[in-house]
Amino acid sequence: MKITVNVDGVRYDDDVEPRLLLVHYLRDQAGRTGTPIGCDTSNCGACTVLMNGVSVKSCSVLAVQADGAEITTIQGLGNGALHPLQEAFHEEHALQCGYCTPGMIMAATDLLRDNPHPTEEQVRDGLEGNLCRCTGYQNIVRAVLKAADRVEAAEAAEVTA
Amino acid sequence: MTATETAAREVGKARTRKEDARLITGQTNWTDNITLPGLTYVAFLRSPQAHARITGVDVSAAKTAPGVIAAFSGADFAAEQGSLPCAWPVTEDIVMPEHPPMAVDTVRYAGEIVAAVVARDRYAAADALELIDVSYEPLDPVLDMEAALRPDSPKVHEAGNKSYTWTLTNGDLEAAFRDAPIVLERTYRQQRLIPSAMEPRAVVCAPVAGEYTVWSATQIPHILRVMLALVTGIPEQQIRVIAPDVGGGFGSKLQVTAEEVLALLIARKLGRPVKWTESRSEGNVAVHHGRDQIQRIRIAAESDGRLRALDVDLLADMGAYLMLVTPGVPLLGAFMYNAIYKMDAYRFNCTGVFTTKTPTDAYRGAGRPEATYAIEHIMDDLAAELGVDPLEVRERNWIKHEEFPYTTIAGLTYDSGNYEAATATAKELFHYEELRNEQSERARSSAPVRLGIGVSTFTEMCGLAPSRVLGSLLYAAGGWESASIRMLATGKVEVVTGSSAHGQGHETAWSQIAADELGVPFEDIRVLHGDTQVSPRGMDTYGSRSLVVGGTALVQACGKVREKARIVAASMLEVSPEDLEWADGRWSVRGDPDQGKTIGEIAFAAFAAHDLPEGVEPSLDSDATYDPDNFSFPHGTHLCAVEVDTETGAVRIRSYVAVDDVGVVVNPQIVEGQVHGGIVQGIAQALYEEAAYDSSGNLVTTTLADYLVPSAADVPPLVTARTTTPSTLNPLGVKGVGEAGTIASTPAVVNAIVDALRPLGVTDVPMPCTPERIWRAIQEASGGAR
Repeated sequence: MKITVNVDGVRYDDDVEPRLLLVHYLRDQAGRTGTPIGCDTSNCGACTVLMNGVSVKSCSVLAVQADGAEITTIQGLGNGALHPLQEAFHEEHALQCGYCTPGMIMAATDLLRDNPHPTEEQVRDGLEGNLCRCTGYQNIVRAVLKAADRVEAAEAAEVTA
Repeated sequence: MTATETAAREVGKARTRKEDARLITGQTNWTDNITLPGLTYVAFLRSPQAHARITGVDVSAAKTAPGVIAAFSGADFAAEQGSLPCAWPVTEDIVMPEHPPMAVDTVRYAGEIVAAVVARDRYAAADALELIDVSYEPLDPVLDMEAALRPDSPKVHEAGNKSYTWTLTNGDLEAAFRDAPIVLERTYRQQRLIPSAMEPRAVVCAPVAGEYTVWSATQIPHILRVMLALVTGIPEQQIRVIAPDVGGGFGSKLQVTAEEVLALLIARKLGRPVKWTESRSEGNVAVHHGRDQIQRIRIAAESDGRLRALDVDLLADMGAYLMLVTPGVPLLGAFMYNAIYKMDAYRFNCTGVFTTKTPTDAYRGAGRPEATYAIEHIMDDLAAELGVDPLEVRERNWIKHEEFPYTTIAGLTYDSGNYEAATATAKELFHYEELRNEQSERARSSAPVRLGIGVSTFTEMCGLAPSRVLGSLLYAAGGWESASIRMLATGKVEVVTGSSAHGQGHETAWSQIAADELGVPFEDIRVLHGDTQVSPRGMDTYGSRSLVVGGTALVQACGKVREKARIVAASMLEVSPEDLEWADGRWSVRGDPDQGKTIGEIAFAAFAAHDLPEGVEPSLDSDATYDPDNFSFPHGTHLCAVEVDTETGAVRIRSYVAVDDVGVVVNPQIVEGQVHGGIVQGIAQALYEEAAYDSSGNLVTTTLADYLVPSAADVPPLVTARTTTPSTLNPLGVKGVGEAGTIASTPAVVNAIVDALRPLGVTDVPMPCTPERIWRAIQEASGGAR
């Protein structure tokens, strides 16, 4: 089937098998290998991307379902600069091996879109669908809270400017 | 800067990590990302039977399926595949069965590879697996260790179900138990766990004219290279192993796997590059599992709680085969049951048992979490028996800080430690007394939600390992580590380490150490690792060894660079080397500090080589290999408060305080991260995780929906702190931290649960302590429903 997908600001026209998973499309056909695969039952969330601005686990979306969609992966998140979440993950040591990080950051992006000022507990609940085996989540939660503060401060500065 | 000013040391700074730049932007190089011209995809067919004779494998239909290049059965590899290696035959008479990478005539666990397909893409390979017809003649599974040792048990291997019995004794055990005022005996079960690194395994192999490059999601590129050569007969110099970015290991990638050997053999057969990437549900049956021991532990104590003796009998499930270090894992525990305590006699006895389950091997802590769990659990039972505080009974037994160095009953010499300081700090942060008061009040009020406080005062042996000790334990290799410094012409530095990071932050920590040792900026250093062509010698990363052993090698390599630079600098300054002194990256003339040369200037002079002294080679580069004299012994005190709902069995961790003493800390942020992650992995064993089998020997926890790796919502915030008692055994004073949290936290959590329920008569809850198990334990203790 023919699909047209915008991935990280680039338009791709491709002919794909109807069963092709979005994550395999991104990795194998669009060459966006920043999005990894951690499981085959949509539990781990490593493959989380934004589809039309909303987080999806790209292992549970077919490439054909993304026809006409805008996909943002970790590689397109910051538009060339670092997104506040990427900065905060780095500063707060919210990653060790880094395998869950792309999905964790993309899920956190959506979390902050829904709830720009989450409590610690809301961050923990909001990231329930993303597993990390290295960090014990402590610094991930810290990083998301820090990014939320930073976005808020940036927005406040914009308003007063 | 003059020689009297000293630049701020890098060691001790919470530097953000160099590694992150690629990891947070998706510019990673996981093995599954690698693509090559003509790359083909391998898929493996795995046995659905736990134990069966293979009576036929027909791959003909698969061979003609669209996109398929080849299909193989075990018969195709029988002559060349060798046997997967076990490097740790712990006794002279150990039973070490053949372990073909692809089963030929018998399968011994569900998940064993029986056939392979190679196709042009991964979907075609997966499709073709369904066209392979395998006939099995089922045999009886062997699932229970105790039953496996009975004479009437079906046999996993011809030689029987016992692999080995290994014993360590010291002191007169019988005398110590005779007439002992207190004797306690307990049996604990270490459930089987699945390591669950977030990156599934993957391997890519590219053959070029009889030479092979193997990329693998491995912790051990160097060991893997040696083993691939030994197993396949391909000369070692024709194999290059690369561990690119590796997404966690926790022991699971400390292995030489069937898939790696078969990828190499298939690439050789086809003469084209192959890739295999594991799915999670495939990995849960095929990656080695951890733990799975039955621990019978007995202590004898005086009436004041001082320990006389400890007696441990283990059954350790090897699974169906002995993998790389399978038999040795329980032995690492042998030296740790006595923990931080003094006693007069000790016996440790372990029997390795074969079952028709996935093989076990190292999982974070490897033997030490099991030992720590058992001793810390029974110490709490001893406290309850005496009616004293669990910390009090520990204090009566632990090695006092002024008694170090101390040789334990297990024969190890602990160099340093301060259990008093760590415990005092932990009690304060935890508000120990207040919580104990609240606990008593609640118990009096007969509220359904009880408060429990769990204690874990642990130590561990890290820095694996002195090669002579490994030799005495019949391990096949050494425990040294290497480091090289390449002083570049522009004054920048490449540090090469034989340790192979997969999340630990070597690139950052090694830069910090080299910056101090060479007096160059942190930013001017690049750390290289994980490629046998780039770092030719190494023993890789496991057992909390990298910093203790590899970091020391790095210090030594830097020292060699400095000494060589001194000779060159002396020649440049036309003075004698003895007249120079080193400070802040510069050799300068003693008493005339303006006369000096920086390491960068010296490196350029060595590069240009126009005017080097007689006999001095034109390079400052150096190599060092360090073999430790002893292990290192981090320790700590972890305290956990839980609320247990006695009506539902639900547990909530209310607070968790960890005070760890890992010696000198190179990077506090990295150390804290290791502690956090370790604690949560230990909590996961206590509360959530178990690899469960059905009665026919099939793993039922094959996905992350069934095998409950906790999420952020399932674990508590953690309070961490440190005390610092430097190791006296290495120049950095470091002790290792990779496994500490996991070792400490499991008993802290379970002890807290039991502590909450002890007034109800509960003395143990088997792990994982699910609400159902807790509820049942309460019912059984009160004589209610089973």
